[in-house]
Amino acid sequence: MPVPSPSPTGPAGGTRRRRRGPRTWLATLPLLVFTGLCFGLPVAALLYGAVTGTDPATGATRMTGEHLQRSLQGPYLGSLVGSVQLSALTAVIGSVAGVLIAQAVVTSRRTWLRSAALTASGVLANFGGVPLAFAFIATAGISGVVTRLADLESLGWNLYSFTGLAVVYLYFLTPLMVLVIIPALDGLRPQWREAAQNTGATGWQFWRLVGLPVLAPSLLGGFVLLFGSAFAAHATAAALVGGSVPLVTLKIADALSGNVLVGQENVALALSLDMIVIAGLVMAVYLPLQRRSARWLR
Amino acid sequence: MFRPSRLGATALLGAAALTTLTACGAAPDGAAAGAAVKANASTSAAEIGGMKALVAAAEKEGKLNVIALPVDWANYGELIKAFEAKYKIKVDSENPDAASADEIAAVKARKGQKRAPDVLDLGIAFARSGAAEGLFAPYKVEAFDKIPAGQKDTEARWYNDYGGYVSIGCDAKRIKTCPQTFADLLKPEYKGKVALNGNPTKSGSAFGGVYAAALANKGSFADIQPGIDFFAKLKKSGNFIPVESTPATVEKGETPISIDWDYLNAGYADQFRGKGVDWKVSVPGDGVYAQFYSQAINKQAPNPAAARLWMEFLYSAEGQNLWLKGYARPVLLPAMTADGSADKGSVAKLPKVQGTPSFPSSAELDKAKAALAENWDKALS
Repeated sequence: MPVPSPSPTGPAGGTRRRRRGPRTWLATLPLLVFTGLCFGLPVAALLYGAVTGTDPATGATRMTGEHLQRSLQGPYLGSLVGSVQLSALTAVIGSVAGVLIAQAVVTSRRTWLRSAALTASGVLANFGGVPLAFAFIATAGISGVVTRLADLESLGWNLYSFTGLAVVYLYFLTPLMVLVIIPALDGLRPQWREAAQNTGATGWQFWRLVGLPVLAPSLLGGFVLLFGSAFAAHATAAALVGGSVPLVTLKIADALSGNVLVGQENVALALSLDMIVIAGLVMAVYLPLQRRSARWLR
Repeated sequence: MFRPSRLGATALLGAAALTTLTACGAAPDGAAAGAAVKANASTSAAEIGGMKALVAAAEKEGKLNVIALPVDWANYGELIKAFEAKYKIKVDSENPDAASADEIAAVKARKGQKRAPDVLDLGIAFARSGAAEGLFAPYKVEAFDKIPAGQKDTEARWYNDYGGYVSIGCDAKRIKTCPQTFADLLKPEYKGKVALNGNPTKSGSAFGGVYAAALANKGSFADIQPGIDFFAKLKKSGNFIPVESTPATVEKGETPISIDWDYLNAGYADQFRGKGVDWKVSVPGDGVYAQFYSQAINKQAPNPAAARLWMEFLYSAEGQNLWLKGYARPVLLPAMTADGSADKGSVAKLPKVQGTPSFPSSAELDKAKAALAENWDKALS
């Protein structure tokens, strides 16, 4: 399709901008179609399923708020709260630990340490699901090697609990944070630190007034990523704690593909919708903060 | 958004044209189509013209779609192989680890498609709800009358196939004295040792475990709460570990005591005999609970004759004995014990049980499940 090129002696900016409009829109069309198909359709189906119900006898479909209401009550509400607690806790600890490790790696002069840490993080950040759970069962479970060698049980260690699950999650969340924060730490120019020192700032003052504000968007971004990873994790928790730590992903799986409870599919959809809302809320907190601190970066 | 819809319309048109073309091409071969229609509507082998005609029609289809049949579960692997060897039909096994809910979802989502499952092996609640929704084709296998009355739908839309008892599996190499009853499980010597096969709000066998524990603790079919309380007590004492027992955790010794169906536990005993695990199975006398799975034919089965032939095979002495060989108790076992067609060697190997099983009614089951869904989390956390 021939595209009319703007004449060099073109009219005023306003017109030119208007003419460029449709072409810009065309360029985003593949993205829009992709987003619409891969995200829009499932969300629409989710929304539809969450607010409608089918009468098994007649097969008639009607609107109802019953599923959403049920998803916010009793054990379902408990699982939402449990998931948020676990995700927030592990995301905070993972972020802090990840930043500390990354800072150590960045400031170290040894390049082998850096490449080793980055490679290990890349591998560990993608180590999840049932293999991870079983690795932990074999090492830190009740009859695990480490448990027996170090007599962890007498210290009150129990892998199959909220704490145990948090430790397992940190195993892949911390490396993830290392991966996302290293480029940002690299971006902290040594000159800034020197300038701060020259003007008599202490290390703490540098971090409080320069380092952390500049890093804030990346830190927040990393935190949101960690929260999301932990919030959506399912297989590890399913293999490790079954139903004894209430998590929303486990509840969705129970409702969607179980052998026990019949006709819970719509509640599962409602729970998924709740998850989207919570993820949206986290993003809603993150975005304005990010915009605020983004002005520190060029 | 014009493009996608126009594209869709083109695709639809193309598909319609193709269908017409294929239909034209297939027209001379009307016999198969006629037989298929007949098989689809038939409610017994006699209606098709006897077993011979059914076999012929099924072999013409040449294919059977099954879903959710793990090869190491109740000897399904051998059943499938035996069926394939006996008839010229290829069994296409999809998603062996699927749950009943997945099976129903597959039936609904693939209405009229060639890939839809032909036959279903369902938890009883899903068999009942699926029948109520009109998803199953009524069909009486030749042995239908021999199935005990409490274990079949009067309209033959589903009937039980095989089942077992809640049992306690125990690694005798790691545990000095194996527990024999639910009361035993509370002893302090079993700290950190007792597991279920999954989460009872999801896994049928774990649900059975809680139900049996209820019966062992003055509960009833209508009242599962004592079972939930029992596991809360086990958890509090530290005996209960929430890790889902699987062949891997059994072999590793992480779940040295596992409450599961007796046929699975007995299967583990065979599987791990040479691997340093001495797996003992006992059916606890204080909480006897049996549960059967049910068999049903998809009303819109793409291979209706093969589906019906599979059913006849499962409910023949050969099929029932193959389940029996996998330590599952086939539904025709009482009849087959009476007429001598049950394999005596396999029967002798079954874990010992006193008395005959009784089953909760639909309403009792629903009530128990509702109570479990509501209270399990609270009790365990």
